[in-house]
Amino acid sequence: MSELHAQTVSFVRETMIPPAPPPTRQTGALSWLRENLFSGPVNTILTLLGLAIIWFLVSHFWDWFAHSVWNAASLAECRQIIAETWGEGARGACWAVIRERWNQYLFGFYPMELYFRPVMAFGFLMVALAPVLFSESLQIRRIVLIVSAALTLVLMAVLGAPMVWLAFAAVVMIGAVVIAERHAPWLLIFSVLYPLLGIWLLWGGSLWPQIMVLASIGLGWLAWKLLVRVSPLLAMVAGVLVTLILWLVAVGPAAEDAQRLIPLAITAVDSDQFGGFLLSITIGVAGIALSLPLGIILALARRSDMFLVHTLAVMFIEFIRGVPLITLLFVASLLLNYFLPPGTNFDIILRVIIMVTIFAAAYMAEVIRGGLAALPRGQYEAADALGLDYWKAQRLIILPQALKISIPGIVSTFIGMFKDTTLVVFVGLFDPLKGVSDFVRANFAWKGVYWEPFIFVGAIFFIICFSMSRYSMFLERRLRREHR
Amino acid sequence: MADISAPAATPFRLSMLLYDRRYRSMTIQVFVFILVMAFAWWLVGNTIQNLRVMGKDFDFGFLGQRAGYDIPSPPIPYTSDDTHLRATIVGLLNTVIVSVLGCIAATVLGITVGVARLSNNWLFARLMTIYVEMFRNIPLLLWILIVYAIFTEVLPPPNAYRGEDPAASMILFDNVALTNRYTAIPSLGMTNNPGDLDLGYRILINWAVIAFAVVLIGGWFLRKAVLNHAQKVQDATGDRPVTWWKNLAIMTVPSLLLIWYFGLHLVPPELKGFNFAGGLNVQNGFVALWLALTLYTGAFIAEIVRAGILAVSKGQSEAAFALGLKPNWTMNLVILPQALRVIIPPLISQYLNLTKNSSLAIAVGYMDLRGTLGGTTLNQTGRELEAIVLMMLIYLALSLIISGAMNVYNNRVKLKER
Repeated sequence: MSELHAQTVSFVRETMIPPAPPPTRQTGALSWLRENLFSGPVNTILTLLGLAIIWFLVSHFWDWFAHSVWNAASLAECRQIIAETWGEGARGACWAVIRERWNQYLFGFYPMELYFRPVMAFGFLMVALAPVLFSESLQIRRIVLIVSAALTLVLMAVLGAPMVWLAFAAVVMIGAVVIAERHAPWLLIFSVLYPLLGIWLLWGGSLWPQIMVLASIGLGWLAWKLLVRVSPLLAMVAGVLVTLILWLVAVGPAAEDAQRLIPLAITAVDSDQFGGFLLSITIGVAGIALSLPLGIILALARRSDMFLVHTLAVMFIEFIRGVPLITLLFVASLLLNYFLPPGTNFDIILRVIIMVTIFAAAYMAEVIRGGLAALPRGQYEAADALGLDYWKAQRLIILPQALKISIPGIVSTFIGMFKDTTLVVFVGLFDPLKGVSDFVRANFAWKGVYWEPFIFVGAIFFIICFSMSRYSMFLERRLRREHR
Repeated sequence: MADISAPAATPFRLSMLLYDRRYRSMTIQVFVFILVMAFAWWLVGNTIQNLRVMGKDFDFGFLGQRAGYDIPSPPIPYTSDDTHLRATIVGLLNTVIVSVLGCIAATVLGITVGVARLSNNWLFARLMTIYVEMFRNIPLLLWILIVYAIFTEVLPPPNAYRGEDPAASMILFDNVALTNRYTAIPSLGMTNNPGDLDLGYRILINWAVIAFAVVLIGGWFLRKAVLNHAQKVQDATGDRPVTWWKNLAIMTVPSLLLIWYFGLHLVPPELKGFNFAGGLNVQNGFVALWLALTLYTGAFIAEIVRAGILAVSKGQSEAAFALGLKPNWTMNLVILPQALRVIIPPLISQYLNLTKNSSLAIAVGYMDLRGTLGGTTLNQTGRELEAIVLMMLIYLALSLIISGAMNVYNNRVKLKER
C-alpha cells in the first residue's frame, strides 16, 4: 500500500508552520464576554440583573457623591451651598461634618494637645507587633517597621507633639529598626514591655506604678531563681505568689512614695475622655491580647481528662456562649457593684475589657478545641513516646500545630470582637458608631446628619477588619509546611 | 501463685501527691475545687453584704407587679395594666419572632448568595463577593442603624400617600406601603371566621390556625407513609411507584380546601385619614432589625454554604456521573448530603448568633426581651440583679434549645462511620 502511495505524494513539508493564533471568535474581549457573562440564558439573566443592581446603585448615589461639600460650618450651610451650586433640589454629601469633627470620631474627648500620645502608642504597638506578626519574613517586618516609624513621627509632628516626645519616639522607633536588623529576637523584649508603656501613654499619670510592677515581677523571678534548685514546683508557686502579693500590697503605696520623691508624671487622662476609634482599638487590642491565652487555657481545660476541670470549662464556655454580649456588658456596668466588696469602684473601660475578653475567650476556646481535635492522634502519641510531660508536649508539639490549623477561626473571632466593641455604647461609653455620632448630632449645627458619619466610620471598620482577614490568609500561606 | 513480676508496693508518701501521676490529677482537682468554691463564696458573700448595705433583697416578686408601660403591637394581648411577667413574655415572644423570621430569611439569602458566588457569571459573582465582604467586615450595629435611618429619614410620611396626585406610591401591586413610621402590609381576612380558642391568660388562638396546623402535621405523616409504602413496593418488586403527585396532593389539597372553607384572603392596607388601616402596620424598628439581621447573617451563611459546596471533592461528582446519575440526582444524592454535613455545624452557630444579636433591638426601640425585662422593667423596679440574671438565664435557655434541636438534626445527616 505504502509503496503505491509513495508515488502519489507530491508534497512533503520540511519546515514547521509557525503556530497560528486562535480563531478570532476564541479570543479577545468579545469571547471573554460571551464565556463569562452570556454563556446561556441563565447567565445572561444574571448579568442583566447584576447590571441593573449596579445601575440602581450608581444612579442613586453618584449625584450624592458628586455634590460633596467639604467646607461648611453646619448642615444648613452645606445644603445652602449645594442648592446654590447644583440648583434647587439637588442632593449632596456633606463631608464637612467629618472635616469638623474627625478628631472626635478618632479620639473621643481626649485632650486635643495630647493627641500625639495615642498616635505614639499606636505606632509603638506596630513596633511591638511586627516581630510577632511577621516573624517569618525579615523583609515584610522591615517594611512594616520603617513605614510605621515614619508615619508615627510625621503624624506626631503634625499633631503638634513637643520636641522631647518627638525625640523619645524617634529614638525608640529608630532603635527598633536598627535592632530588627541586628538582633531581631531582642525586639520581643519591647513587645513584652509594650502593655505597660502603652497604658502609660494612653492614660498618662505617673510612670512609677509601671516601674513598680516591673520591679515586683523582677522580685518574683528572683524568688523563682533562688528556689528552683530546691524544687521547680515550689519555685514557680513562690515566684507567682511573691509577684501577686507585691501587686496587691506594695505596688500602689510604693509608687506613690516614689512619685513624691522623684516626680515622673505626664498629664493624666481620665477614662471618660476616651471615645471614638481610640476606645474601640484600645478595647479591641486589649481583648485580643488577653483572650488568646485565656482561650488556649480554656480549650486545654475542656479537653482535660480531669472530670472537675473539664466540667467547669464546659459550664463556663457554654454559659458565656449562650448569652448575648450586651447582657455581659450590663453585668459589667450594673452588677459588678453587687459582686465586688462594698466600696470598690474600678474603671469602666477596664470592666468592659474584662467582659469582652471573657466573651471572646469562650469563642476562642471552641475554635482552638477544633484545632486540637483536628490534629492526628499520632502526634499526641509521638509526644508521649518521646517522654515529654504534658506541658512540654503541648508547648512543643501539640499547640503549634493546633493553633496553625485554627488561624482562620481565631482571626474571625478577633474580627467579631473588634466589631462588637461598638456595643459599648449601650453602657454609656462613646463608641465611634453611635456614641460619638449621637453626640455630634446633638449639636444644632449637625442635627440630622446621618450618612456621612456612617460611611466614614464604616469605611474605617472595613479597612481594619478586611486587613485582618487578609493577614490571616497571608499567615495561612506562610505557615503551610506541606505541598510547597 | 504469687505474682513475682509485680513491683513491690511502695508505701504512700506525701510527695506522691505531686509527683505520682496516679495521685497528681486528684490533687489538682481538689485544689481547683477549693479555689472555685472560695471564689464563689467570696462572690456570694459580697453580694449578700452589698444587698444588705443597699437595703435590697433577692426577690422575684416584682414580676407580679403592675408593669405600667406600653409595648407597641404586642404578639399577645397586653396593656400597661398587666404584670411585669406578662411584659417579659411579650418581650421574649418578640425576640423569638424576629429571630425565627431572621433565620429563615438569612438562610434563603445565604444559600442564594453562596451559590451565586460560585456561578460562572463573572459580574454577578463579583457583586456577591462585594456584598459578602461589605457585610462581614462592618459591625452589625452600623447596618441596623443605617437600615433604620433609611426608614425614618428617607421614606415618606403616611400622608404623602394622600390626595389625587400622591407624592409616594405603594409597591408590590398596591399591597405594601413604606412610610417613615411603619410599614403597612396586607393582613389576612376570613369571610367565615370560626372564632378563637381561649387558652387562658388572655391568649387566644384562632381555630383556623389550629385547623391548618393539624392538616399540615397530618399531611407530613401521610406523606411519610406514602414514601414508606413506595420503598416497600420497591424493595419487593424493584419498581418504585410514582409518588410525586400523591405527595403534592397530600400537601396542598387539604390546605386549599381549608382556604376555600374559611374564605381566606388578603386585606390590603388602605389610607384612612392620616394613617393606613385594614392591613397590618408593622413598626419600623422590627422591619429594620429584621432586614439588618438578615443581610448581616446572610453574608456569613453565604460563606458557609460556599465553603460547604467547595469541600465536596470533585471526584465525588465525577464518580456520580460515571455511575450514570442525572445532574439533579447527583446534586440531591451525592453533593448535597456531603455538603450539608460541613454546612450544618457552623450554620447552627450562625442561628445562635442571630438570636443573640437580636438583642441589638435596643438601637431601634423594638421591645424584645432586653427592651422589656432588661430595659423598662429593670429601670422601673430597680431590680438589676434579678432582672439581668433572669434575662441571662432565658437567653441561655433559648441558645441551648436551638443548639439542642439543631444537633439532633446534625446527628441525622452526620457521616455514619464504622
